[in-house]
Amino acid sequence: MIRAVMVINTQGKPRLAKFYDAQPVEKQQELIRNVYGVLCSRAENVSNFMEAESFFGPDTRLVYQHYATLYIVFLFDSSENELAMLDLIQVFVETLDKCFRNVCELDIVFNYSKMHTILDEIIFGGQVLETSSSEVMKAVEEISRLDTASNSISLVPKSVSSWRSR
Amino acid sequence: MEQLKTIGRELAMGSQGGFGQSKEFLELVKSIGEARSKAEEDRIVLREIETLKRRLSDPDIPKRKMKEYLIRLVYVEMLGHDASFAYIHAVKMTHDDSLLLKRTGYLAVTLFLSDDHDLIILIVNTIQKDLRSDNFLVVSAALSAVCKLINDETIPAVLPQVVELLSHPKEVVRKKAIMALHRFHQKSPSSVAHLVSNFRKRLCDNDPGVMGATLCPLFDLIAADPNSFKDLVVSFVSILKQVAERRLPKAYDYHSMPAPFIQIKLLKILALLGSGDKQASEKMYTVVGDIFRKCDSTSNIGNAVLYECLCCVSSIYLNPKLLEGATEVISRFLKSDSHNLKYMGIDGLGRLIKLSPEIAEQHQLAVIDCLEDPDDSLKRKTFELLYKMTKSSNVEVIVDRMIDYMISINDNHYKTYIASRCVELAEQFAPSNNWFIQTMNKVFEHAGDLVNVKVAHNLMRLIAEGFGEDDETADTQLRSSAVQSYLRILGEPKLPSVFLQVICWVLGEYGTADGKYSASYITGKLCDVAEAYSNDETVRAYAITAIMKIYAFEIAAGRKVDMLPECQSLVEELSASHSTDLQQRAYELQVVIDLDAHAVAVIMPPDASCEDIEIDKDLSFLNNYVEQSIEKGAQPYIPESERSGALNVITLRSQDQHEASSHGLRFEAYELPKPPVPSRVAPLTSSTELVPVPEPSYPRETYQAATISSVLDAGPSELKLRLDGVQKKWGRPTYSSSPSSTSTSSSQKTNGVAQDVASTVASSKSRETYDSRKPQVEISKEKQKLAASLFGGSSKTERKTSTANQKVARSSSSHVAEKPQVQKVATVVTDIAADRTNHQAPPDLLDLSEAAAVSAPPSIDPFKQLESLLDPAPVTSVVNNGSDGASKTPDLMGLYGDSALSGQSSSLGFNVNVTSESSNATGTDLGRGTAYPAQFSKGPSTKDSLEKDAIVRQMGVNPSSQNPNLFRDLLG
Repeated sequence: MIRAVMVINTQGKPRLAKFYDAQPVEKQQELIRNVYGVLCSRAENVSNFMEAESFFGPDTRLVYQHYATLYIVFLFDSSENELAMLDLIQVFVETLDKCFRNVCELDIVFNYSKMHTILDEIIFGGQVLETSSSEVMKAVEEISRLDTASNSISLVPKSVSSWRSR
Repeated sequence: MEQLKTIGRELAMGSQGGFGQSKEFLELVKSIGEARSKAEEDRIVLREIETLKRRLSDPDIPKRKMKEYLIRLVYVEMLGHDASFAYIHAVKMTHDDSLLLKRTGYLAVTLFLSDDHDLIILIVNTIQKDLRSDNFLVVSAALSAVCKLINDETIPAVLPQVVELLSHPKEVVRKKAIMALHRFHQKSPSSVAHLVSNFRKRLCDNDPGVMGATLCPLFDLIAADPNSFKDLVVSFVSILKQVAERRLPKAYDYHSMPAPFIQIKLLKILALLGSGDKQASEKMYTVVGDIFRKCDSTSNIGNAVLYECLCCVSSIYLNPKLLEGATEVISRFLKSDSHNLKYMGIDGLGRLIKLSPEIAEQHQLAVIDCLEDPDDSLKRKTFELLYKMTKSSNVEVIVDRMIDYMISINDNHYKTYIASRCVELAEQFAPSNNWFIQTMNKVFEHAGDLVNVKVAHNLMRLIAEGFGEDDETADTQLRSSAVQSYLRILGEPKLPSVFLQVICWVLGEYGTADGKYSASYITGKLCDVAEAYSNDETVRAYAITAIMKIYAFEIAAGRKVDMLPECQSLVEELSASHSTDLQQRAYELQVVIDLDAHAVAVIMPPDASCEDIEIDKDLSFLNNYVEQSIEKGAQPYIPESERSGALNVITLRSQDQHEASSHGLRFEAYELPKPPVPSRVAPLTSSTELVPVPEPSYPRETYQAATISSVLDAGPSELKLRLDGVQKKWGRPTYSSSPSSTSTSSSQKTNGVAQDVASTVASSKSRETYDSRKPQVEISKEKQKLAASLFGGSSKTERKTSTANQKVARSSSSHVAEKPQVQKVATVVTDIAADRTNHQAPPDLLDLSEAAAVSAPPSIDPFKQLESLLDPAPVTSVVNNGSDGASKTPDLMGLYGDSALSGQSSSLGFNVNVTSESSNATGTDLGRGTAYPAQFSKGPSTKDSLEKDAIVRQMGVNPSSQNPNLFRDLLG
């Protein structure tokens, strides 16, 4: 079972955190800090796997992937396979990339709820739901369509322009 | 225009309306991104919370606004701030009719609430309704909430609906329903126990995705009880076969692998079902073999499947052919450049090693590589493997490595773990007592505060008992070597408390036993300890008791005792200590010192800590004295419970009465007096009354010492009688328990058990050594040869060179191995080994008796000798490569020097190669390091990405020097 998914930037700020077992807020913060603590001390060209027992309890491993300013971290137990989890991170990133075209940290920050939607289509209740990024995209788009149908266009835009033109 | 552009931008980002957030949210994110410190960030977030609180208290907020507030609060909570005031609004939003709002509501509650939160009860109803909805998106949203929010109490409320959804027309819903049921199973297995048949049925679902989802709960069920699912073996095998043969729709391919996640799950399930079951395993052989053959080993996911095959093979009934396939996979993994694959290879090796130990033999060099890799994960995995393959023949090298690593890390969790492993291995396989003590010393010295106290007690017991053999001289040697090492270690600053306790105890017990050290020397050291660690009461207690023992032995031996001045002052200080325990010990010491030799020898017999303790609970040895006293007219003892009317009791009771009266009058009748006990018992117990004896819960030592001191104070001749009694019954036990007065009772209890354990360990050990010795003799010749060939360079070069060179190195090394000259080298090595006084065979790291000598130097002595043969230049060049490399490379060179002298041109040429390679090693490492960033920054920097980067900078979110386009690059 997958215990948690975290997206942390290289300065230690959480960008997305989802725990599949309920954890109190303080505990979540502590876990994020711990994960960041070990990740930022790791060299560049080492393996992507780690034991996470010291802060996440018995039988937990951690797989992470470092992209530019972001760490994407999956925590899971022995019922999953490390290499496969690495690929699941890949699926997640591929989907984000399809969704945002050249995804970067900014997209992740500003589309917080969409990130959750995407993640929920890949991992469901701690199990792998879908591994094809195009299928995930289809599902997300379906939800988005419903959204736009019930939505006027009057949203966001201006804000973006205001800081862009500055 | 501006507007249009931004809308275009929005669309370009793919964030279709609804996912975007308002200006305020963007401002918030921006200001958080710009925050210079955590405190500033907290201020911003707290201000945001205040704003939101105010807004939420507004009675009619537009729903759309509400949605946005919730998202902001979810974000705020992710940053670690409390947003509980908004939970109720999230719950309310789940009731909304609009799908968008409902989804947001569900998202917020799943992130906010745990499954035992009070508000859950308000959501259950909504979930029930939504599960029945016609819109599958509503159902999906409700199902994801079910996974997170429903606990074992609320499962029955939604279970019927979820089960119904198993036959929903949409496969996505069926899939999620299965997973929700799986979650129920995880939370409360009994709640879905009756649904197992549903899972089985779903295995035959038309949609492969649903079938795949069903495997997850089945995996859990089978792990709990494999036997009731044996009938499914055939089905699983046939599914796996179909998947592997690409019978699934193309849509299920992932990186051109057919449904790899389904394959992995199936292989995991087969591993469980085939474990220890020959019949079931036989059905799997073909399909697993097929996957081994067909699976694409170039992609990451292909390797994941191969690894899972390997795990399956190691779990099911052994099949030599499959084992071969698995071995091949492992060697491919280990030879790979990828650390991830190496990691998996080491893990796989750990699984297969139980089945065929010789596999590790083939990969020992790779294993050594991994052990010396800078990657911590890989290193730890390798230690795991080494732990599994430890035998008495290689325990020294392995434990030494573990300890070296233990010293080098700061991670306390892992330090504790590896320290306990060291202790475990040392206890199980120790080749000699001396080694054991040295090893334990190291463990204690560096991780003393982390190891279990039991380990310390074990060590003390081991020193006291010896190794169970009837060889007194060996035991004495062990003890004096322990004393010696401890005296040396005491010089180091800041030793862990547990270790100091052991040291104090051993010094007290055996410090003067072999006559090498004088009593004043040892007591001086002990005084130093007590002084240096003056805030550690336990250590001080151990120290003062040890001093007492030393003096007692001196007195018993008839020597005159001059107490050192510092010792005197210590005793004085302690007798005024706040700790009653320390006071007690100090007073005892003073009393013991004034006793005569005979009395001391009886209460503190030397080296008697292992004697059994006999406890006379009836104190029958006092009978004589009691009878005498009664004859002289003393009152017989009346147990307290029966002293109702006696005069002396009234004084005792008066206190009670006083207490009672303060509460008011007592109206109930007094208890009836019980019939008097037989008079025979009475005198026995009365004696305890006469002497101020502490409760039985007191440490025994205290008890006895108190008795003695009081006896001496009183001084009447008849009391001497009692002292005799004490001697006979209590003398030894008291003594043995003295070092650990705080844990006396427990240590006594464990004594018997522990002795048993020790003896079994000892016996198993002797058996083990016998077993391992025999084969060693048989293959010693082969071993020499292999050792020589390995020393001849293959190990060295393989370690330093890339895979391309590896083959060359190997072939040349095997080539060299055949030459007779190398035999000479071998004999040199063995000669040196023989020089060592130790009788033990050169221990090898990988146990593979043959190669070990190379893979890790058995001990440093021979290499030190060889080092002298070297000219200093290469040594210094190699030193940079890390300590291990440094210690090994020289000998290699030395050996090469040897063979070169004998005129072998081929090996000489090779030698040159080695030198250059090893000195280059650091350089290539660096090169590899720099290659990575290059990968990130390459690729075309399109206008789009530049623009984006500019925005990032402007926002101050996380300006990066790298091109944000990198995902594209990475994904190709």
